[in-house]
Amino acid sequence: MGAEVLLDVRGVSKAFGGVHAVEDVSFTLGRGEVMGVIGPNGAGKTTLVNILTGFIKPDSGRVLYKGKNITGMAPNKIANLGLARTFQVMRPYHSLPTYKNLIVPLNSPRIKKAAAGKLGDLDSVAIDILEEIGFERDARVPYKTAGSLPLGYQKRLELARCIALRPEVILCDEVFSGLSMSEISSMIPLLEKFVMQGIALIMIEHRLRELFRVANKVLVMNFGVKIAEGRPQEIMKQDEVKAAYIGGERSK
Amino acid sequence: MESVLIYGAINSITFALMAIGFSLVYGVSRVPNFAHGSIYVLVGFVVWSLVNDLGLNYGLSILISLAIAALIGLCVYQFVLIRLRGLPTSEIISSFAVSLIILEGLRLQGIGGFKGFIGPNYVLKPFLDGKIELFGVFVDYQRLIVVAVGLVLAIGLWLFTHHTKMGLSLRAIAQDEQAAMMLGINSDRSAMISMALGSALAGLAAVIILPLGNVTCEVGYHVLIYALAVCIIGGLGSWAGTVLAAFLVGFAMKVSTHLFGAVWESVVLVGTIILVLLVKPSGLLGKQKELEERV
Amino acid sequence: MSSQELRRKRLDRSINVRSTGLYALSSYREMTYLLAPRLLLIAGLLVLPLFLDLYWQRVLCAAAVFAMLALSFDFLAEYVGLVCLGGALFIGFGGYAAGLLNAHLGLPPAVTIPIATVIGACLSTLVIMPCLRLRGIYFAIVTFMVPLFARNVIVALGLFGSTEGITGLDTLPNTWVEQYVILSVVLVTLFGIRRLVSEDVGLIMMGIKDNDQAVLAAGVSIFRYRVLAVFIAALIGCFAGAYLAHLYGWLGLSLFAMDFSILPIAATVMGGMGTLVGPVIGALILTPLSEALRGFGQLRVVLYCLILVLFILYKPEGLMNVLERKYHQFERLEKV
Repeated sequence: MGAEVLLDVRGVSKAFGGVHAVEDVSFTLGRGEVMGVIGPNGAGKTTLVNILTGFIKPDSGRVLYKGKNITGMAPNKIANLGLARTFQVMRPYHSLPTYKNLIVPLNSPRIKKAAAGKLGDLDSVAIDILEEIGFERDARVPYKTAGSLPLGYQKRLELARCIALRPEVILCDEVFSGLSMSEISSMIPLLEKFVMQGIALIMIEHRLRELFRVANKVLVMNFGVKIAEGRPQEIMKQDEVKAAYIGGERSK
Repeated sequence: MESVLIYGAINSITFALMAIGFSLVYGVSRVPNFAHGSIYVLVGFVVWSLVNDLGLNYGLSILISLAIAALIGLCVYQFVLIRLRGLPTSEIISSFAVSLIILEGLRLQGIGGFKGFIGPNYVLKPFLDGKIELFGVFVDYQRLIVVAVGLVLAIGLWLFTHHTKMGLSLRAIAQDEQAAMMLGINSDRSAMISMALGSALAGLAAVIILPLGNVTCEVGYHVLIYALAVCIIGGLGSWAGTVLAAFLVGFAMKVSTHLFGAVWESVVLVGTIILVLLVKPSGLLGKQKELEERV
Repeated sequence: MSSQELRRKRLDRSINVRSTGLYALSSYREMTYLLAPRLLLIAGLLVLPLFLDLYWQRVLCAAAVFAMLALSFDFLAEYVGLVCLGGALFIGFGGYAAGLLNAHLGLPPAVTIPIATVIGACLSTLVIMPCLRLRGIYFAIVTFMVPLFARNVIVALGLFGSTEGITGLDTLPNTWVEQYVILSVVLVTLFGIRRLVSEDVGLIMMGIKDNDQAVLAAGVSIFRYRVLAVFIAALIGCFAGAYLAHLYGWLGLSLFAMDFSILPIAATVMGGMGTLVGPVIGALILTPLSEALRGFGQLRVVLYCLILVLFILYKPEGLMNVLERKYHQFERLEKV
């Protein structure tokens, strides 16, 4: 609908030994879009994210970010272009206070260039970001060690680390996993806030009901192949998708 | 020209023999066995002592010392490394320390009557004396034995890792530790076996190659350097890469000696390592684990 | 009969609890509690030369050199995640640089030492740079190999005096200068690195050690920070090397000796990895010990390694951490 295309993935494939983790996957992502990526375990979703963010080089295919070919670029260079990601297995810097965890992205070339020295005290910037994410400023939570945070807060910290980079695209690798329904419900407005700020999201999820509340487009993967793409409601009606998740009709 | 080819091949197989023990251990357990070089030298000295001080048969001494080498490898793993698995800093440091204990310990003098192994007098006899002429080049029989053992070993190891249960489990752990563990392969036991095997291979290389020269403690450092260089160039963790790199380095060094003189050998080795690190950092046949290899 | 089990319980001392944060300034007693260890160290080190005779003063200088190396090792290993198995390479590069500047250009030690520090550090960093894009294990292997290669190349190409080395370098003016220069540099380095690791730069380096993928995803170049860390460690090590060349007045292949690689590691493990003070203290303990054993050939190396292995297996936290714990906490056995 005329939205600027941020991410253009064409025919990306990656095989590990004999295993085709990702096979010929293509899609596009426009500004402000929220694209969900779903599929059974082992479908290649995390490998896809690793390829998009530069942690793995694909065997073939291209990834274009705002027209620029980023295939095989180093992960930190890709992050500096505005593509941030969360990690499925979160490992915050445990012994450091929460706000110190944001110091690393705030020291990236992207932020340094954007701020041009006018950022001031990084610590207070970090606290501001945390407040924006939903950490109550006065409750001393930002000062607690990151390892001691409960799960919901740790997930938000992951997102905070992405936001600190002032990204244009965030790839969320299972941010909803492990959270309760109410925690997810409080996280969704946060994600919608990002979208309103013009950030596009790619969300790998297993929690389909919650995902469909935010996503306007869904990509389904199975065995590394994209088996369906479209709006959430239509996707779930397709036979291949049902077969992938539920296993097809049992013969009577 | 022929001499370069022949000696290049011999050199390459020599390097491969030296490096394969280290590569095996690293591939399976991801622990760098710095003690590799020290076990090499230790075996040399043990054989010498058994033959000269105890008067045992040469062949028997070799077998005994290979067993000792395997045992030492096993003990190093069991008593030191096993407690440090998962702590990469400590693994590296302790492996390094153990290697120095052995290497420098062999140089000790006057502790409890232990006369250190110092000086150029320690020589192992070659298995067969004499030379043979091949394509106009004189080659010692011992060197041919090196080649023969190298080829037999290569075939033997290939068969071992592809057709025996133990070898397959080592290969499995080398490829993907977690997946192998899920299939019931015991990681610690495999690491222990690989250490024993790697040490025995070091010892085997020693008994074959040392007769070509003297046995000194310095040799331990040289062997370790060659092994490390070959493994880096071939790709840490890739066994085929080790062999390939051994040939590359072996020939490169012989060619440079032929063209520029022997003094440039070290420089050529250093240069090759730097070149590989710059151009293809994970080595010639470096593994596919890109997430871990490149940072 | 119920069996009585005893459990060791550790409690913070009350004075420790009281002297956190701003409250420490509330009384002289608490300030003393916090400052005393540091002042003890500084004062102790600075006063020590006055009590030693000439021979032991020299030993103190050597100990300080090893302390510098131990600091650089600890910094790299615990704060950046790179295990440097070749402290000898820094000593060698710094020592040779200083010696050559002095011998060929006739520059006095006060000039050669700073210049050699920088030149040596640049060279060391350049040599190590190719492996900094890779996992930490490559760093360990490369730093292990470089001193040995350097020795081979120097001998093979007959450079810089080859096996005999170069003698007759200028030495430092007098023993007091010798000692106080190195001791003050050790203290400055110690507190400097402490400061560095609590700055943003240090934080990023620790992040690289803990979780390099997160750092990459945050847009920070791991390579650059590693180069910076190696350069800093190289500055420390090369200073020590340059100083050493002028302390003894000659340079030779022994500057690349394995001693310089292994003693700092043993000192660090014994003193407490990560504490920065521990390695210094470890060096101060191990160096006189090695002096005492000088007559026994390579026994000292075997001994360092044994100490190292024993500590790493059975007391990996190191002496300093134990001391710190005893200072801040007291122990009690109580029935469970």
